[in-house]
Formats: sequence, C-alpha cells, structure tokens
Amino acid sequence: MNLRRTRAIFYKEARHILRDPRSLIMALGLPLIDLLLFGYALDLDVDRIPTLIFDGDHSAISQQLIQRFQGSRFFEIEGFVNNYAAIEKGIDRDKILMGVAIPQDYSRHIASGEKAQVQILIDGSDANTASIALGYAEATVRGYSYQLRSQGENLHAGMQPNIPVEAQLRVWYNSSMESKNYIVPGLIAVILMVIAALLTSLTIAREREMGTLEQLLSTPVRPAEIVLGKMLAFFVVGVLDTLISIVLGVFVFHVPFRGSFLLLALTGCIFLSSAFFLGILISTVARSQLQAYQLGILSSFLPSMLLSGFIYAIENMPPAVQAITYLVPARYFADIIKGILLKGVGVQVLWANILFLVAFSTLVFLLATRRLRQKLA
Amino acid sequence: MWGRIGVIVRKEFSQLFRSPRTRTLLFIPPIIQLIVFGYAVNMDVDNVHMAWLDRDQSPASQNLLADFVGSGRFELVALPQTETDVQRLLDAGDVKCVVQVLPGFARDILRGRPTAVQILVDGTNSNTASLVSAYASQIVAAYAGSVGVQQAMPRVMARLESNERISLRAPSVEASTRVWFNPDLRSRNYFVPGVIANIIMVVTVMLTAMAIVREKEIGTMEQLIVTPIRPLELMIGKMLPAALVGLMDVTMISVGAQLIFHVPFRGAAVMLLACAALFLLTSLGAGLFISTIAQTQQQAMMSSTLFAAPTFMLSGFAFPIHNMPLPVQYFTYLNPNRYFVEILRSIFLKGAGLNILWPDMAALLAEGLAIMLLSSWRFRKRLD
Repeated sequence: MNLRRTRAIFYKEARHILRDPRSLIMALGLPLIDLLLFGYALDLDVDRIPTLIFDGDHSAISQQLIQRFQGSRFFEIEGFVNNYAAIEKGIDRDKILMGVAIPQDYSRHIASGEKAQVQILIDGSDANTASIALGYAEATVRGYSYQLRSQGENLHAGMQPNIPVEAQLRVWYNSSMESKNYIVPGLIAVILMVIAALLTSLTIAREREMGTLEQLLSTPVRPAEIVLGKMLAFFVVGVLDTLISIVLGVFVFHVPFRGSFLLLALTGCIFLSSAFFLGILISTVARSQLQAYQLGILSSFLPSMLLSGFIYAIENMPPAVQAITYLVPARYFADIIKGILLKGVGVQVLWANILFLVAFSTLVFLLATRRLRQKLA
Repeated sequence: MWGRIGVIVRKEFSQLFRSPRTRTLLFIPPIIQLIVFGYAVNMDVDNVHMAWLDRDQSPASQNLLADFVGSGRFELVALPQTETDVQRLLDAGDVKCVVQVLPGFARDILRGRPTAVQILVDGTNSNTASLVSAYASQIVAAYAGSVGVQQAMPRVMARLESNERISLRAPSVEASTRVWFNPDLRSRNYFVPGVIANIIMVVTVMLTAMAIVREKEIGTMEQLIVTPIRPLELMIGKMLPAALVGLMDVTMISVGAQLIFHVPFRGAAVMLLACAALFLLTSLGAGLFISTIAQTQQQAMMSSTLFAAPTFMLSGFAFPIHNMPLPVQYFTYLNPNRYFVEILRSIFLKGAGLNILWPDMAALLAEGLAIMLLSSWRFRKRLD
C-alpha cells in the first residue's frame, strides 16, 4: 500500500464528486430533508385513540365509567351512538379504532353486587396499536372496578378500601416513553447507511461502463489503493452527513445526548467506512450501473429499514433472519447510537457492536480488493 | 403506431432478459425480500426477557413470580442480587424489565397493608415499553385481586360468627374484548401487505428511470430519436415491459404472502390486480419523471432514493398516518403508496370491495394520470 498513490486516487475521485454538484447537493440534502421530515412526522405513540361509545344503560353509574374514558388522554371520544351496529359501521369505515359498549343491564348488575360486563370492540388490523389500546382500555375499566369494589366492600362488609398490591412502574432511559427518542437515532443510522452505500455503489461500475476502469487498472495503482482512495473521497461527504444528522437530532428533536461525543465520532467513522466499502464491493460485483443500483438498493435500503432493529425488534425475529441482520452494519450502529445518546453507556457495554463493525468493515474491504484484483488478472 | 411500440417493447424485453443475471435480478430479489422482511416485520411483544430481584424471598413473592412466568408473556432470564446488577442488565439490553419485590412484601400482605411491586421498564423502545407495562400491570392486578379475597376471608368469617348480616357480594366491572379482522392480533398480518407495496414501488420506479437515463448516458438516445419512433411511442414502449414485470411481481409475492406467512386473503384477486395496475401508473410515471430531470444514472439513482424514502416512510406502512402532524398528513395524500398500502390491507384483511375502496382507487387514478401527463410533456419537450 502506497500513500502517494492512494492520495492520487483520492484527489481524482474528489474531483469527480465536485464536478457533479447536483449529486453532491443531493447527497448532503438527503439526510437533512429526510431527517427533518421523518423526525417530525414519524410517531408511534398511541394516544387519542378515536373511540365511539354506545351506552345502552343510560344511568348515572354507566356515566361514571364513561367519564373515566373521557378523562383519559389515551382516548378521543368521537361521539355517542344508540346501537351496536353504528360501532360496527364506524370500524368498517375506518372512522374509529375502538368502540365501548355498555349493555342494558349494566347498572342493575352493579346495584345487585354482581359482575357487570363492558364490551370493548377494537379494529385489530394494526395489531400493535390495538394491543396498546386494549391495554389502556382494560386498565381504565380495572381502575373503575377497583373503585366500585372498594366502595361496595365498605358498604357490605367493612373491608379493605385499598388496592392490596400495586404495580409501581418506572421507565428508564426514555422516561416520557416518547417514540421520537428511539426513532430519531435509528433514523440517523438508516439514512447514513443508505446514502453511504448508494454513493459508492456506482463508482467502479461507472468506470467500467465508461471504459476507464481498464486505464485505471493499467496504472501502477494497486486494487487496495483504489478501494481506499475512493472510499476516503466519499468519506468527507459521509462525515458531513453524520454531523448534520446528529446536530439535527439533538438540537431540533431534543434527543438526549448522555454519552461521549468522542466515542460516537469514532464509531461513526468505522460505520461509515463499512457502508462505503460495502458500496464499493457492490460496484465491483455489478456489470452495469443499473445492476449496481439494484444491488445497492437491495442490500441497503429496505434491509437497513427493516432489519436494523430500527422499527422491528431484532429479538422477535426467527433465528435465521436474526443471522441475516448480522450482515447489516446499520444494525450495529443503531445499537451504538441509541446506547450513547439514550443510555449514556460506553465501551464496556458497546464493545461487541464495535468489534463486529470493525470486522465487517475489514471483511468487506478485503472482498472488494480481491474482486478488483480478479478483474485485473 | 402500435407496430413501432411493439418494436420498442421487444427491444426492452430482450434487454431485460438478455442475461440470466438480469433475469434473476428481476424476480428473485422480490421473493427473497418478501421472505426475509415478512419474518422481520413483527411488533408482537412476547417472551419479554425479565429479571427478578426478590428482596423478600417469601412464598407470597414466589407466587407472584409464578404468575409472571406462567402468563406466557415473560421469560425469566436473570436473578440479579443488587442494584448494580440491575443497572448492568438494563444497560446491556439483556432484559426489557426488572421486577423488584421489596422486603416486607409478604408481611404487608398478611397484615392487610397496601404494598407495591416495583417494575423497571427499559423505555428505549417506547412501543415495546408500553406493552410490557400493560402486561405487567395486568398480572399484578390479577394477583392483587386474589390477595384481596384472601385478606377479606378472616374478617368475613369473624363477622359471620358474630351473626352480623353481611352481603358477600361485591360489584365489579369486567372488560370483555372483541378484536376484529385480526383476532389473534398478529402484527405480521398488518405489515406483510405493506411490504408488498414497497417492494413493487422500488422495483418499478427504478426500472423506468434507469432504462431511459441509461440510453441518454450511453448516447443511444440520439439514435432512437433519429428513427421514426415518436416520443409518446418510445415512452409507452419503455413503460409496458416495466408494468408487466411489476404485475408479475405483485402476483408472485401476494401468493407468497399467503403460502409462507398465512396472511388471510379475504378479498378478490381481480381487485388486487386492478388496484396494482392503478398503482403502477403512478410509480412508472414517477420513474419517467425522474428520467426527465436526471442526466446521468448517478443522478437518477439519487433522485429515486430521494423519492423512495418519503414514499416508504409516509405510507402508513410502519408509522400510523393519524399520528403525524396535520401538515404532514395532508402531504401524505400526495403519496401513492399511502393509498396502495391501505388498499392492500383492506383487500387482504377486511375483504373490502369496490364500494369501500373506490375513493382510494380514484385518488390513485387521478394521481397516476397527472404525473403521466406531466412527465410525458417534459419527456417530449426534451426530445424535440
């Protein structure tokens, strides 16, 4: 490996980048726009669940329960209906997500000290929202039932008015449970991965399509120097993208920054190099730019969105798919960036992720160099 | 005119299918993507890894632990002894929640004093955290219910012995729940139809955009222009093969979704294909539009990505649209993916027909025509 020759490739590639300002602006603007738009728009918090209430009982007692639902910030009461069918229609037409039906004999059951039933109807298509909404609805009914019970027991048998065992919940790292705090760091990893891999995925395929690859290979420059020089030229763009994303995340979206900046910078560089090398590897495999782009999108866009643990928890996936996630560098960086920003942890917790990134980066670099050398021969 | 279009279509097809590699690149990746992503897209929370810190070590606390483990939702993976252990477990992400029973738990229960169980939840993923909190509270509430009955017994017996008149009845309210369309609450059923929409979008936008820009870059566009082929014919000829590939992909992965993931398919296959055709109108139009603004394949690629990312994220595929701020919600009305994801879900899960889906289909049609007209106008202008 020769530093001077690597530098020559670096300058050549940097000039290519500067000569196409439109692509350069897109490369810098993409994370800015995407992060601003998505950080602002994406939200998995389940609150203000649109709800219809059917009160078949029309009594003071049923009113008490309804007030509990009205008072909760999780439910948005869209209105009251007079029959069950109206709730069904609302769910069918996607107007509401949940219906609460209080049967006719509700207050009679309670007055005679029996168990009364309330029906919760829910649209289960979005299973996740539905489960969370069900949890809230059941907790609301349970709370009311406790209150009734303790009043009733006082009246009838002078029993304990208290709840005997209470669950005290404490949430760590993201105590307000805002989905933004984990979406934004994940987004940063995903966006950087996509841009980095796509940026380099065309570089060698283009030289091949234009016929300049032959010329390049006939010079004394070694394959490793080509790969490294090209990577370093794009690296500058990548570092700028990373800085933009982190500044936006912390200052615009107020994601807490609890860990060390130095560690984030260091791991960010390793991550970028792995994504760039992956792009170059793709570029050496592809026969044309179209193929390179297809391969690049295939191996970066959807995988980093869906397999990095950004939206879907990796531990829920079947083992075979979990094994594939080890090939997605965004997975490691998403863990690292969440650990550093939200948990404030350091190397002692993140070392495995960092090691995997280094190994991945080295492996991809070696593979890309080998492919290029094969072309030479 | 049709003869000339036929020539272009044949040329495109032979370009697409010329080498075995491009052939496989068209059909194999969508299937692989469906399989891998279909298994990945799952937000169900079960087997929550939990740790149990028991400072009471009593039969009462053991009963509570048995309730947690027996619920099937939680899996006990660690028995920390100290606060530092707890910190380490949560920091490393080994457990999602820690249940802590304080000393004196059994004594308080015995004496009828209110007591508490501490539950620490890792909130990093707020979504998992809310589900874990809800499950844990449910279990503790059920436990509290049974404890309450035990506590009441001696007092009730005492009163009965002193011949007081009491009623043993205590009113309570129970929520009985009914879940529609997806009764097992499998989140995969919800996400897989969305995956289909996004795979198709990525494939078709890319195919048209690159197919045209490539001719520009290589210089063969000039040759095409000097032939008697008119711009409109060239355009249709370029898009028909991509549309066919898109429709084949839709069919293939829809069948795959049912065979592999057992996603229910309650609607009509004809509806699905008709809606897919409408959707292809928009995605091919977008690809064509990109080809008119890009000079090189590099630019076409960057523009496609710029287009693909928001259409994916703002389609309601993973992030519910009704959670977005209002201006963004209006913006999503421009997103063809939004309609197609909605349509696919309704056809798959609800078996919806034309009477419910027509507004979405009309929106797709309007949008498809608009973008087609705009891009063909730009396309023609560039060629003339």
